[in-house]
Amino acid sequence: MTDREAQQSNINKTVGKLCLMVLGMVCFVIALVPLYDLFCEITGLNGKTGGPYTFDEAKAEPDKSRLIRVNFLTNTNEGMVWKFWPEKGGVRVNPGAANSVSFYVKNTTDQVMVGQAIPSVVPGAAAEFFHKTECFCFEHQVLQPGEEMEMPMRFIVGHELPKNIRSISLSYALFDVTDSVELAQLSSGSIAPAAGG
Amino acid sequence: MSEVIHADHHDDHHHGPEKGLLRWLYTTNHKDIGTLYLWFSFAMFLVGGVLALVIRAELFQPGLQFIQPEFFNQMTTNHGLIMVFGAIMPAFVGLANWLIPMQVGAPDMALPRMNNLSFWILPFAFGMMISTLFMEGGGPNFGWTFYAPLSTTYAPDSVTYFIFAVHLMGASSIMGSINIIATILNMRAPGMTLMKMPLFVWTWLITAYLLIAVMPVLAGAVTMMLFDIHFDTSFFNAAGGGDPVMFQHIFWFFGHPEVYIMILPAFGIVSHIIPTFARKPLFGYSSMVYAVASIAFLSFIVWAHHMFTVGMPLAGQLFFMYSTMLIAVPTGVKVFNWIATMWRGSMTFETPMLFAIAFVVLFTMGGFSGLMLAITPVDYQYHDTYFVVAHFHYVLVPGALFSIIAAVYFWLPKWTGKMYDEALGKLHFWLSFIGVNVTFFPQHFSGLAGMPRRIPDYALQFADFNMVSSIGAFIFGFSQLVFLYILINTIRSGKPAEGRSWDGAKGLEWTLPSPAPYHSFTYPPEVTDAEMQGQ
Repeated sequence: MTDREAQQSNINKTVGKLCLMVLGMVCFVIALVPLYDLFCEITGLNGKTGGPYTFDEAKAEPDKSRLIRVNFLTNTNEGMVWKFWPEKGGVRVNPGAANSVSFYVKNTTDQVMVGQAIPSVVPGAAAEFFHKTECFCFEHQVLQPGEEMEMPMRFIVGHELPKNIRSISLSYALFDVTDSVELAQLSSGSIAPAAGG
Repeated sequence: MSEVIHADHHDDHHHGPEKGLLRWLYTTNHKDIGTLYLWFSFAMFLVGGVLALVIRAELFQPGLQFIQPEFFNQMTTNHGLIMVFGAIMPAFVGLANWLIPMQVGAPDMALPRMNNLSFWILPFAFGMMISTLFMEGGGPNFGWTFYAPLSTTYAPDSVTYFIFAVHLMGASSIMGSINIIATILNMRAPGMTLMKMPLFVWTWLITAYLLIAVMPVLAGAVTMMLFDIHFDTSFFNAAGGGDPVMFQHIFWFFGHPEVYIMILPAFGIVSHIIPTFARKPLFGYSSMVYAVASIAFLSFIVWAHHMFTVGMPLAGQLFFMYSTMLIAVPTGVKVFNWIATMWRGSMTFETPMLFAIAFVVLFTMGGFSGLMLAITPVDYQYHDTYFVVAHFHYVLVPGALFSIIAAVYFWLPKWTGKMYDEALGKLHFWLSFIGVNVTFFPQHFSGLAGMPRRIPDYALQFADFNMVSSIGAFIFGFSQLVFLYILINTIRSGKPAEGRSWDGAKGLEWTLPSPAPYHSFTYPPEVTDAEMQGQ
């Protein structure tokens, strides 16, 4: 029956198209993660700040007409026992001027530990104008047992900061990444996996 | 037996079902598979209902009486997952299997073997998921929305079972959807143009596209969870540069269309039942089709209204608020059309019609509380309170579930060839109607007063509302046993039903004898305008 055969071939075509659609959505999901990061970078949606910012301090032209309050918050994530706080709760800065603040951290355990601080800026709209020229959050902190440290952070608030933002809060969450760093070293082959390690 | 009004085209390879239990394992018949789906979803409905009653028993009074908070969390989580993925969705797929081939005049689904597979995956998926409740450390306890990192870093060990169960459910849904679309697009009887299709078929066509679009997103979300848990990635782990809020965006990009997956087929069902018992053609057929398509489109651009409180730019809040409110327009068109269909009709109030009218009234109430939740500034107060619980139960229980029950009463004579007991049906309706409102209406008040959801204990001022709510839940829960009794009673000893079981019923399925023969429409039927909803 040719009618049946024609119908069957139409069904196969439809199924083929629908499978492509499923495949397309799978690709879309895979693309979602980088797309989300890109979207956040453009909009400052999740308050993430960028990487190291290059800036010539000699050419700084502070905007004396505006004073922005920058608050510092620190907290340690669950399971992280280090002491961690800023030297002061906040500063008033002019946009365009370079500023420096240091953070105190201490490993209170008797083991070598690796920490990683993750910054977040509120309001999110300020994130893209909050530039860090130097930050401990760009790298891991390896602290010996009982070791303490003053960690510097240099930042500059961009001129382009929207006029309605008068206060910015910068929060650092300190995470214990000892396990995953060791894992990465193991898998990179630099250290042979020790028995019972 | 009532015999055959319109003699079906019997041909030489006509044969009935095989005998024995293996019939159900090997079957590729759309009616058998529809029956399997429906009984499976009913079983899951009872399991999910028992979990709900455990929740309501614990919340009957403030303080902890029966269960511990950890177990309470497992109850809320599994109640949600089982009802959404195990009860409502398979029930609609079962109805689609039974009805779509008969309504479009096709002999069977386009891909009968895949149809068998997509059903038989489900018992394994839910077996896996429910088995975690008996494991050391317990089952999923992170809410049906399984926000990371609660569902990754802080999840019980059994979470991997949950992840694979969700993968299986997704695979089953995608296969089912492909099958439904292939059937509708290629197997309609000659003369049935798209704009003549019955609305149940239309709504399922659009629903199936939604499923194909979002089920891979859900699979992606749980796969990322799997990688975060076992392979040391950091998609949702801030310590490794990931972002927990991204989980919520991905989840709700799936989750909001999912909400409409659970309601669009209900719209289709009600659009069959109301014209039948009002004895008038459906008012505004084409606007119904366009309204469903608009709702489906809008469902993709409103997801972040579930997460106003996680923080987003003002422009985002405004966009998601207004786009959400826009959904009220096509939904309003539908409600208007149903009421206009009843206007000056010769209405009678058999059980399916009672459930359908209750659907229109109570779903509209759920829609209005949805509009309230859409308003960003006040959502900060309503977020994660019992007001949200009341809202989504009003659209899911008297919404989706009532439409499924209405459909079962409406098409039961066609499926079994027998008529249910009308008096018992009405008893079931009134118990359910009163039970549902007594359960969920007070939750609006406790929510507005600030009672948070998913908490096993509460402040004393919420005690009265919760006690009322629990009493309603037990009335509603036990009245579903009446439903089970009615079904069994009908199948075993119902009075014979006619081919056109309701005198206002239109559609190709009613031109078949009751019960519908095992093989129907081996040759395509003639499509007449008198039987079609569209013009």
